[in-house]
Amino acid sequence: MDNAVFQVTIFLYIAATAGFLINIITLKKAAAKAANAFLYAAFGSHGLAIALRMFMAGHTPLVTMHESLSFFAWCMVGAYLLMQAMKKIKSLGAFVTPLALVVMVASSLQTKKILPLSPALQSIWLPIHAVICLAAYAIFALAFCAAVMYLMQERQIKGKHLGAIFRRLPSLENLDTMIGRCLGIGFPLLTVGIITGSIWAENAWGSYWSWDPKETWSLITWFFYAALLHQRLTVGWRGKKAAIMTVLAFGVLIFTFLGVNLLIPSEHSYVTNFQ
Amino acid sequence: MSQISNRPKVLLIGVNHKTASVDIRERLALKGGDAPAINLFAGLPQLEELVFLSTCNRVEVISSTKDPDDAKDAVKRLWMEKAGMDRGLIDSSLYSYEGRDAIRHVFKVASSLDSMIVGEPQILGQMKDAYRKAVEAKTSGAILNRLLNKAFSVAKLIRTETGIASSAVSISYAAVELAKKIFGELKGKKALLIGAGEMAELAARNLLSNGVSGLVVANRTLSRAVELAKELKGSAISLEEMESALLEADIVISSTGAPDFVLTGEAVRRVMRPRRHRLLFLIDIAVPRDIDPEVNDIDNVYLYNIDDLKGIVEVNKAGREKEARKAERMVDSEVIKFISWLETMDVVPVIQGIRQKAEEVRRNEIARSHSILRDLTPEQQKAVEVLTCSIVQKILHDPIICLKKETRDDGAKDILEAASRLFGLNGSGEDRHF
Repeated sequence: MDNAVFQVTIFLYIAATAGFLINIITLKKAAAKAANAFLYAAFGSHGLAIALRMFMAGHTPLVTMHESLSFFAWCMVGAYLLMQAMKKIKSLGAFVTPLALVVMVASSLQTKKILPLSPALQSIWLPIHAVICLAAYAIFALAFCAAVMYLMQERQIKGKHLGAIFRRLPSLENLDTMIGRCLGIGFPLLTVGIITGSIWAENAWGSYWSWDPKETWSLITWFFYAALLHQRLTVGWRGKKAAIMTVLAFGVLIFTFLGVNLLIPSEHSYVTNFQ
Repeated sequence: MSQISNRPKVLLIGVNHKTASVDIRERLALKGGDAPAINLFAGLPQLEELVFLSTCNRVEVISSTKDPDDAKDAVKRLWMEKAGMDRGLIDSSLYSYEGRDAIRHVFKVASSLDSMIVGEPQILGQMKDAYRKAVEAKTSGAILNRLLNKAFSVAKLIRTETGIASSAVSISYAAVELAKKIFGELKGKKALLIGAGEMAELAARNLLSNGVSGLVVANRTLSRAVELAKELKGSAISLEEMESALLEADIVISSTGAPDFVLTGEAVRRVMRPRRHRLLFLIDIAVPRDIDPEVNDIDNVYLYNIDDLKGIVEVNKAGREKEARKAERMVDSEVIKFISWLETMDVVPVIQGIRQKAEEVRRNEIARSHSILRDLTPEQQKAVEVLTCSIVQKILHDPIICLKKETRDDGAKDILEAASRLFGLNGSGEDRHF
C-alpha cells in the first residue's frame, strides 16, 4: 500500500520537474503553475506514503536508507513550498524539484523492506534526532540550490554575457538573502540534531561522544557551516566565495549523510546489526 | 577647377559605438592632451570649418573643406599621431561621409537616430555643447553654423513629431534592468553620482523612479553638485569625500570628464570590508573612463561601462523601429532642403566672377584708349569712368538679379553652369588678350 503511494509520488515529482524545466526553458507561466500544482500533490501523497509506512512499521520510518532519503526529500520539498509561499524566488523550483526527484529515485533503489528496530534504536530520541537532522539537511539542500543559482547568475553578471540564464534567474541579493536564511535556520537545527544525538548516545551506550565516523563527520560538517555563518555574521561575508563555500559544505554534508554509511562501518549504518 | 566644384563640402569623419570599442573612442577623444582637441584640429589648414563632437558613444570631426580626400588624410594623420594608433586600426574603426551623406549623418546624430539607444535625449545637448565650443574657438563658419542649427531644429521636430523619444529610454534604462538583477528590489538602495553631467542626471532620475531612496552627488565643483542634489532631493559632497560616500552607496554612476581614473581598484578594495562586502554596482558612462576596469575583478563588485550596457539594450529596440523609419524620412527631406541652400551658396562666387570679369574688361578698354583719353580734362576723364561703370552695371543688372532669384528658388545648378560658361568663368579665358 505505502509502496503504491510512493510510486505515485515519484510520478508526481517527475511531472513537477518536467513542468519546472519546461517553464525555465520556454518561460511559459502555465508550465510553472502546473508544476506547482503537481509539487503540492506530490508533497501530499509523499506525506501519506510516509504516514502509511509509519503505521505499518509501528515505528518512525527513519531507520533504513530508503526511509531516510525519502524523508529528506519530503522535508526539502516542504521547506521549498513554505519558502515560496513566503517570498517567491524565481526559477528556484527548477533546481529544487529535480534534486528532490534524484533523491527519491535513489531512495526507491534502496531495499524497501521494513526492518525490526534494534533495541538501541527503540527510543523517543529516534524520531527527535533523525527528524531534526534530516530537516537540517533539507534546509542546507535548499541553500545549496540557491548557491548554485547564485554562482550561475554571478558568472553572467560578472562576465557581462547576459544571456538566457541571466533573464531566468533571480537577483543576486534575493539568492544571497535566501542562502543566509537557510543557514540561519539550518545551522541551529543541525546543532540541536547533534546534541540530541549525543544525548541519545549517552542513553543507549552510556557515552555522549565516542568518535565514531558518523559523529566525527557530523562535527566536521558542523564546523563548516559554523565557519560560514560566523563569517557572515561578523564581517558580512557573502557573494561568490560564500556561495562556493555553501556548495562545498553541502558536499561534506552529503558525505556525512551517505558516504559514511556506504564506505565506513559505523553505529549509524542503517543496517541491522548494532552491537 | 571650375568655380562650382570649388565650393567647400561638408566632411565628417569619426567613430561611434558601432565601429569602435570604448577604448578606441576614448583615445580618439584626445582628452588627455594639453590643448583641447578642437584646437589641434583647428591647426589643420585643410579644414575650413570645424566642429569637434565627443560624447561617450562617438567622436566625430564635422568640417567643411575644399578637398575632402586631403582633409580626411590630414585628420587621420593627426589622430594617428596624437592618439598613438596605427593606420590599420584607424582605418578599420573610422567612417567618413561627404556632402549629402555627411549632412544626413549630422541630422541623424542630432535626432538620436544613430544613438546606442535610439531616441535617447542627451545627444542633442552634447551636440549643442560641441557647437558652442566651436563658436568660441571661432572654427565654425557659414556652412557649419547653418548645418548645426538646422540639425538642432530637425532634432526638435523629430522629437515632437515621432514617438522616438516617448519612453525616454537611455543608458540608464539598461542600468536599471541590471541593477534589478543584482539587488532585486531597488527600494531602500542608495545611489552615488560622481560627476554632475546631463547623462548622470538622467540615469539618477531613472533610478529614483525605480525606488532608489538615497542619492548623493559628488562633483569637482561643489556648487554644481549642490545644484543637482537640490533638484534630485539628494545631498552634495565634494570629490574628496567620495570614499566615505562609497561606504553607503549600492549603485555608483560615474560620468566625470576627468582624463584619469576617479575611482581606482585600491580605493574600492579598501571600502569593501567596512561595507561588510555588500554588493556594489558601478556604472561608468564617462569617456575616457572614470573607473579602473580592474575593479570588476573584486568580489561582489560589478563594473559596467557604456559598451557593456549595449548588450542589455538590444532587447527593447524593435518597437521603436517604425518610428525610426518615420524619423528617417523627415531627415531625408531636411537633407534635400539643406543641399539646395548649399547650392545657393554657389551663386556667390559666380556673381563675383562676373563682376570681376566685367570690371577687368572695362579697365582694359580704358587703358587701351589711354592715348586718346589723356588729352581730356580731368572732369571729362571722370565722366568717362562714370559712364563706363554705369554701362557695365546696367548690362549686368538683369543677369545677376536673375541668377540670385533662380538659385534661391530651387537651387538651379544648370543656370549657374550656363552663366559660368556664358561669361567664360571657367578659367580658359585668362590667356585671352583684349
